[in-house]
Amino acid sequence: MNQEDVRRQITGRAIPVPGNDIDTDRIIPARYLKSVTFEGLEEHVFGDDRRQSPGHPFNQARYRGARVLVVGQNFGCGSSREHAPEALRRWGIRGIVGGSFGEIFFGNCVALGIPCLTVHPEDNGWLLEAVARQPEQEVLLDVEQRRVRCGERTLPAGIPDGPRTLFLTGTWDATRVLLDAGEAIDRAAKGLPYVSGY
Amino acid sequence: MAETLLEKVWRAHTVRTLPSGQTQLLIGLHLVHEVTSPQAFQMLREAGLKVRFPDRTFATIDHIVPTASQRRPFGDLLAEEMTVHLVRNCREFGIPLFDLDSGRQGIVHVIGPELGLTQPGMTIACGDSHTSTHGALGALAFGIGTSQVRDVLASQCLALSKPRIRQIRVEGGLARGVYAKDVILAIINRLGVKGGVGYAYEYAGSAVEAMSMEERLTICNMSVEAGARLGYVNPDATTFAYLKGRPFAPPGEVFDRAVAWWRGMATDPGAPFDDVARLDAQAIQPMVTWGINPGQSVGVGERLPHPSQAPEPDRPAWEEALAFMAFDPGRPVAGIPIDVAFIGSCTNARLSDLRAAAEVVRGRKVARAVRALVVPGSQAVAAAAEREGLHEIFLEAGFEWRKAGCSLCLGMNEDKLQGREVCASSSNRNFKGRQGSPTGRTLLMSPAMVAAAAVTGSVADVRELLR
Ligand code: SF4
Repeated sequence: MNQEDVRRQITGRAIPVPGNDIDTDRIIPARYLKSVTFEGLEEHVFGDDRRQSPGHPFNQARYRGARVLVVGQNFGCGSSREHAPEALRRWGIRGIVGGSFGEIFFGNCVALGIPCLTVHPEDNGWLLEAVARQPEQEVLLDVEQRRVRCGERTLPAGIPDGPRTLFLTGTWDATRVLLDAGEAIDRAAKGLPYVSGY
Repeated sequence: MAETLLEKVWRAHTVRTLPSGQTQLLIGLHLVHEVTSPQAFQMLREAGLKVRFPDRTFATIDHIVPTASQRRPFGDLLAEEMTVHLVRNCREFGIPLFDLDSGRQGIVHVIGPELGLTQPGMTIACGDSHTSTHGALGALAFGIGTSQVRDVLASQCLALSKPRIRQIRVEGGLARGVYAKDVILAIINRLGVKGGVGYAYEYAGSAVEAMSMEERLTICNMSVEAGARLGYVNPDATTFAYLKGRPFAPPGEVFDRAVAWWRGMATDPGAPFDDVARLDAQAIQPMVTWGINPGQSVGVGERLPHPSQAPEPDRPAWEEALAFMAFDPGRPVAGIPIDVAFIGSCTNARLSDLRAAAEVVRGRKVARAVRALVVPGSQAVAAAAEREGLHEIFLEAGFEWRKAGCSLCLGMNEDKLQGREVCASSSNRNFKGRQGSPTGRTLLMSPAMVAAAAVTGSVADVRELLR
């Protein structure tokens, strides 16, 4: 285990992006994917939305430096592009809390060490408003205790057991873990008729 | 005990249970394209790792290729650079690439089944959310991100939690002019764009059983638009007949032994599901989306909704969608004028799709001021269509006949909407900005409906043109 990779809690100021079904095309439009690296993606996070609405939270100075992103339902649905969480990470986001998440997006966030926590719809609405009202306050995402603290309130939060364990043990970077299986991988492959011959 | 295909395939590919409780799942087929892989290859290089099973990995180039001319070097230098990287990465790591001169290039989810790479009982991964498409042959196929592309390259495995399973039974026959695309749009409309989160969708029922393989591919393609990372149809005689003789399908007598194994992987009668949903095929009419997610749709004979009709939590989304689209609530969807007609994408750019569209287009002309293009899903589809003379029908009507690629589905090449243009599109996503213009507007529908819109200049009921 690498201590630096443990993600027990994330604290920091928060930035709210309200709205449901915000897809990864909106988080990072496709034309910014035309690159063989992830460099500079942070500049284009929510690129089109920001241009169309100058009041977009990612345009507002008061949210600069935020580490926690607060979103609505089904955030990150659509395209599998890891460029979306990469752009958010490079912008400074270290944890996300919302109503629910697109599944591939959630998995990509795990692979980048960004915990995504879910809260009850009513708490979700309250949290979005609370961080918009007071952007300077710290928000705590507690992966271990499954809760979110904002001001005086502590909200129960969800994260599935598997990803939670990966964050608490600092093993979310899966490559090494998977390679540890060693020859068991080859044995599993040989056991498949379409690999070994029918 | 009776089991689903999900259970059986999952078990057959389980390497071990990980300390996190997740499964280390072996991936039988890994498909790679130019947009989501370069960073993964770079990570591999930096970690000093090799590709574990290069012969179970195949690459193509689809997202950024120009479709007017595919001569290298491409005019777009960034696209050229990505292509150079893909070619180099494939060479360095020993991965077969279906390059532009191979005759086999095309959209990754079109060529996998077409070449017989996609087979029943497999696990399939690709750095692309529409990998769900391959489930049509009875495989567990799902999209992954770039870090996971790296993991599969390095270990041929993924760490995953098994999804729950919902069976969707579509019973009865489809009316003329109603296609697989309409069925999946109706399913998404009913179950919602996040209804499938955490689920695999098994599509079944007499309507699905009666479908051709290409129709099933269209259905499974849009599973991810329903929130489900994977969707599948149980393998049956249609599946086996489709695979027989394909370049990478098992040859000769081996094929018969393969069929026996494939059959055994299908869901057993009486297997339990976490949930079952039912749809009446006869009640489905040609569908058109009016909003900015694929669940926001109506039948072509219906009117756009008022936000006040939305279920409470969806109201802001409906308001946002109608405002973005600048459509009046309550107006009939038929008659909405279009600027562009796009027949293409991994949802609907196979031979049967082009045939269905050509049937509508034959003897008609593209309406004035409409820009219309057909982008075949693969070089093989293009060649087959040309052998039948479909390209001539399209060209004569005023369509452009392009080379294979993703094209206007996501606007990463030169094919983009301009400004506020409205596009009748056979693709799968109507997200804001999806077709290359941040303010462009997309109406999803079947290829035949796109053809109807192209020749009339506005959204039209294809059933009237087929009479
Ligand atoms: S056709 Fe569209 S949806 Fe399909 S792989 Fe290409 S970009 Fe993705």
